[in-house]
Amino acid sequence: MNQTKGGFIENLHKIYGIYAGGFLGFVVFLAILEQLGVPNRVIGYLFVFLTIAVYAFIGILSRTTQLSEYYVAGRQVPPIYNGMATGSDWMSGASFVGMAGSLYLLGYDGLAFVLGWTGGYVLVAVLLAPFLRKFGAYTVPDFLGTRYGGNAARTLGILVLFACSFTYVTAQIYATGIIASRFLGMPFEVAVFVGLLGILVCSMLGGMRAVTWTQVAQYIILIIAYLIPVIWLSTVNYGIPLPQLTYGQALQEIAVLEQQVGITKLHNAPFTDYDPLNFFSLIFCLMLGTAALPHILMRFFTTPSVRDARKSVGWSLFFIFLLYFTAPAYAAFAKLEVLKNVVGQQIASLPRWVDIWGQIGLVKINDANADGILQWAELTINRDVVVLATPEIAGLPYVIAGLVAAGGLAAALSTADGLLLAIANALSHDVYYRMVNPQADSKKRLIVARIILVIVAVFAAWLASTKPSDILSMVAWAFSIAASGLFPALVLGVWWKRTTNAGAVAGMAAGFAVCLIYLLGTRYGGMGLWFGIKNISAGMFGIPAAFLTTVVVSLMTPEPSKEMQDFVDQMRIPKGDVMTDMG
Amino acid sequence: MSSNVQYWEKTKKLMWTVLAIWFFFSFVIHFFVKALNNIVILGFPMGFYFAAQGSLIVFVVLIFWYAKKQNAIDEEHGVSET
Repeated sequence: MNQTKGGFIENLHKIYGIYAGGFLGFVVFLAILEQLGVPNRVIGYLFVFLTIAVYAFIGILSRTTQLSEYYVAGRQVPPIYNGMATGSDWMSGASFVGMAGSLYLLGYDGLAFVLGWTGGYVLVAVLLAPFLRKFGAYTVPDFLGTRYGGNAARTLGILVLFACSFTYVTAQIYATGIIASRFLGMPFEVAVFVGLLGILVCSMLGGMRAVTWTQVAQYIILIIAYLIPVIWLSTVNYGIPLPQLTYGQALQEIAVLEQQVGITKLHNAPFTDYDPLNFFSLIFCLMLGTAALPHILMRFFTTPSVRDARKSVGWSLFFIFLLYFTAPAYAAFAKLEVLKNVVGQQIASLPRWVDIWGQIGLVKINDANADGILQWAELTINRDVVVLATPEIAGLPYVIAGLVAAGGLAAALSTADGLLLAIANALSHDVYYRMVNPQADSKKRLIVARIILVIVAVFAAWLASTKPSDILSMVAWAFSIAASGLFPALVLGVWWKRTTNAGAVAGMAAGFAVCLIYLLGTRYGGMGLWFGIKNISAGMFGIPAAFLTTVVVSLMTPEPSKEMQDFVDQMRIPKGDVMTDMG
Repeated sequence: MSSNVQYWEKTKKLMWTVLAIWFFFSFVIHFFVKALNNIVILGFPMGFYFAAQGSLIVFVVLIFWYAKKQNAIDEEHGVSET
């Protein structure tokens, strides 16, 4: 087993190279089938089921009976591959399908998301990843429990983890249902459980090891699927296959057309939807939240060394960057298309894509003044359309639309896998092993881990199938919750030796409480906004509350033991073995 | 131990340097978006460009630069892994 494993790691470039080539060949093959008259529906099914079959195949090949393989992929994932896995772990169904649409709707202000969801990795690299890797925990609450001496910190860590991850995983399963039902025409409730199956086959048998290697496979599909339509569009319109460069011209054309049409909310103009305070608050909360989300941090537990952990954060951001710096190009091209070929046209003769997406209600036209001509204000576009309709806007064959569906599915499944593992591992490792039954042998721990994983997954899928609008709208809260509840305790645990157990516990509780009170109070309790800060940026109050409480309480309590201070010193230098004994 | 103290001083200095650059490209430069938007290169108003692309490129390069610098500090103080 070890030998074949070593062989696998050494041949990663070759294996994934063949895989990527094979996938492109598969796309070409389906394109030929389409030309031969195979119906779109069949092509859609082939895309979805064959990609899921590949993930399942990897998941089954990576099954394991070893704890360190199950929890941290045996700590032998090379930095580049961990980067790809983190990329697909990070980029959700909503990033893939909805991000460009948000940029279309918000213009410049939407870039707060682009900045917020990338800049946080600088904090991960410098403040946390290498030290957590040296520490050698299996989970984030495990670090908190060890550094802050006991179950109070561990339990709080689990609570915060649950609060930020569970709504998020529900949303991902919901996204798989939406994508599968839209492209395959199956009922949404059935599609959700197809998605659940896709998630379980990847994670149940092999834990982190299986999730890692499927996430790499999923990254390759999602980035190919994201780039091809927009590269095509750029080549058709500007003759250069670099959309990230050519959309500058599109921005100029948009500016001219906006003036002609008389639009006042300009695409390039800052602070039209968010005032500056909210724009910068959102960036701040998203960045600190990124740096504290357990399903991201735990990816850096899997690298072979501390040095590799640092480099791996760089690769992660690079692979995420490839998608995020392309999203504004999608938005610009879509806006140009709308301003050029849709607005001001006869409603009877709009482009075909408007019809197609209008039929399922994602594009809405309301000829308010009944003049038969479409005005800017009479058109409503769902944010998902921007990415989904680009293949049709570019005049590409159906096979590319199927490719985009497979990409969206890969994005949603991979994120769901990571989140599910973060939640289930906290329950099996931190609750069961650390708190309930520390004597359990590794066989028993693995069985418990798998049972919990399935229970959490089925529960999340059931919840998703009820289309819980409240839960789905809470996903954006995850960042503020993680930033308030976990970020200060994690960072101070490494960087400020004087942080005491009582200080950290009080700080986590205070940050979490302030953040939740603001979120729930402003949404359900009729509480007014403080300083006009929107509730998505609740971290603006939770983060300072947590830092302040931690520092004040730490200074009021006796400094940590000599033993703990030495422990922190050890964590700060890369040399030496991992520091926890996992039994 | 004194070597370890120096090691941590250098590590901290690098940390603050990286955070300063991070802060500048996350926030400070975008305060000037309106002024920067008056400069247009290849069709991109520069204020828009920095939020959409420029800052992101800086972040990626910054992490790799940090990893290299920190590795050098590790080696200099004999605390690297190999």
